[in-house]
Amino acid sequence: MIVGERKPMEEIEAMIDPFEKIIVLGCRECVTVCSAGGEKEVGILSAALRLSREQNGRSIEIKEFTLERQCDHEYIEQIRSMVPNYQAILSMACGAGVQFVAESYPEIPVLPAINTNFIGVTEEQGYWTERCQACGNCVLHLTGGICPIARCSKSLLNGPCGGSSEGKCEVNKEIVCGWQLIIERLKSLGQLDRYEEYIPIKDWSTSRDGGPRKVVREDLRL
Amino acid sequence: MSEEGFEPKIVAFCCHYCAYTAADLAGSMRLQYPPNVRIIRLPCTGKVDVLHLLRAFEDGADGVYVAGCMEGDCHFINGNFRAKKRVQYAKKLLDEIGFGGDRLEMFNMSAAMGPRFAEVARKMVERIKKLGPSPIKKAKAQKGGDVS
Amino acid sequence: MKSASRLEKVLEKGEFAVTSECGPPRGADAEVIRRKGELLKGAVDAVNVTDNQTSVVRMSSAASCFILKEMGLDPVLQMVTRDRNRIAIQSDILGAAAVGVNNILCLSGDHQVFGDHPKAKNVYDMDSIQLIHTVKTMRDEGKFIEGEEIKPPPKLFIGAACNPFADPFEIRVPRLAKKVAAGVDFIQTQCIYNLDKFEEWMKGVRDRGLHEKVYILAGVTPMKSVGMAKYMKNMVPGMDVPDEIIERLKGVPKEKRAEEGIKICIETIQRLKEIEGVSGVHVMAIEWEEKVPEIVKGAGLYPRPQV
Repeated sequence: MIVGERKPMEEIEAMIDPFEKIIVLGCRECVTVCSAGGEKEVGILSAALRLSREQNGRSIEIKEFTLERQCDHEYIEQIRSMVPNYQAILSMACGAGVQFVAESYPEIPVLPAINTNFIGVTEEQGYWTERCQACGNCVLHLTGGICPIARCSKSLLNGPCGGSSEGKCEVNKEIVCGWQLIIERLKSLGQLDRYEEYIPIKDWSTSRDGGPRKVVREDLRL
Repeated sequence: MSEEGFEPKIVAFCCHYCAYTAADLAGSMRLQYPPNVRIIRLPCTGKVDVLHLLRAFEDGADGVYVAGCMEGDCHFINGNFRAKKRVQYAKKLLDEIGFGGDRLEMFNMSAAMGPRFAEVARKMVERIKKLGPSPIKKAKAQKGGDVS
Repeated sequence: MKSASRLEKVLEKGEFAVTSECGPPRGADAEVIRRKGELLKGAVDAVNVTDNQTSVVRMSSAASCFILKEMGLDPVLQMVTRDRNRIAIQSDILGAAAVGVNNILCLSGDHQVFGDHPKAKNVYDMDSIQLIHTVKTMRDEGKFIEGEEIKPPPKLFIGAACNPFADPFEIRVPRLAKKVAAGVDFIQTQCIYNLDKFEEWMKGVRDRGLHEKVYILAGVTPMKSVGMAKYMKNMVPGMDVPDEIIERLKGVPKEKRAEEGIKICIETIQRLKEIEGVSGVHVMAIEWEEKVPEIVKGAGLYPRPQV
């Protein structure tokens, strides 16, 4: 899922400084799973913002609300009647959600309470790591199910480089060398001879480098 | 720094198996401890969430503490370890907004430690007296509102 | 002959080649390169110029190579894929060939986190093996990556790096095989202190006949001090420094250690000369270039052959 993390309080408080009445809007999908912007996090952030304002002699009225998702119009519509009563929406969804809410309510500032980090997985509770770079051209079948674009710090398609040490990336000992993982996986699949297959230069035009992307399914359009 | 006549309101989240029993024992032992502490009994400190701690401050607490079993002796194995981490997270958050993480604390005690319960209560009241009323009350007072 | 490279001529002739390295300055002064070039002239067959090594911004390798070329040296353009996309890479290759640079060393490059600009966007549009393939296609097929004709094609002797000591050891020979298949002409290895491990790698190389498909230049670096030896042992990834080296340096008085380091380096070269499949030596004495002629002479490799 998409993994993000709440911005520092100082940054959030600066963003909402001009406002006295805001909606803090959570999302029940990815940001709930990574405990960044679900219903509970909406409660915690709102309590912290109220305490902070009140101790500075100011007040703030916060409407706490959590949508199923912020990336589908139908759910965003659910707050239409309450929006006119507030001055800003502080969204705890990922960047896509924040933008989509802003598109539906262009007359009111929609602010990001979290930093969206990556597409990743829950290795264990409280520990999320990156797995996918959304390059638009998946090669997982060639590398034993481990992504060289996302998990190698240099996105090498014919790795590893000479900098890994005891299976850890030269960038940071906490990062496992992606190519070490690929080689071990190829071994356990009995496919180590695949290692010598040359993977040609990637067509990056299917990734963000080619410009903002879209997917269209005419058969599904109403 | 402490104000004359300021009596802090302290909320103590106590686990049923240890801290609350210790409180009972303190009572039967006729140990003196400050009346400022309001006890909330929980099955385990592992039930406490960051949200409850913040809401306690929003509702007017000047200080909050969580009291659980000794580490390694939690009736539910590791509830008190979870509580410890959540208290640390909340303390950091309170520091981040300038409210003061030292108004919140975690303590451990066994059911037999009546005197420790009393000591912790005393210590926390002393600490909060020094820190003064909760910043939201101070702000209200400065604005001319009543200090409750 | 694939290029006008002196290094290629020496290797084709079957002579034991000697290459060295110099690092450009962190400023716009050509004199620094000229001084280093003067120190190495006559003692080596080709000189590598590093490309923003460890991601620290330095004068460009291409410009430095041009300066060395003007002095009559045969430079090796080191090119990393960290900082340039395929458009810039192919462009730089044409530029290098046009100003008479004959050799290119294809590298991925240290991650930018190591350098003075860790916030930079990294490129890695291709990796080192894809770069080898690209240069080969440009040279031998006269085509750009997307297939259009290059008129005229660049004539470059293609090199790459190899690290017999990096993890995981089991794919280090397959990795060389991959580079050979992509079209590499020569490789330079990471500096060698653990000769036993290197010989193990070379055996694997010979078993696959790779030593007949590519010229292998073994890397050496003289140790200046115990501190340097310890640093390289513990802080540099992919570096294998046996304790015996450190003990040997410790065994001589402090003022004699640099000299001992040179001795060890010369002995290493002499042992490397005896290993079947090793075609030359690459002496990396960064910021100690003045010692290279002494090392080359001490190893009996001076004067360099006429080609």
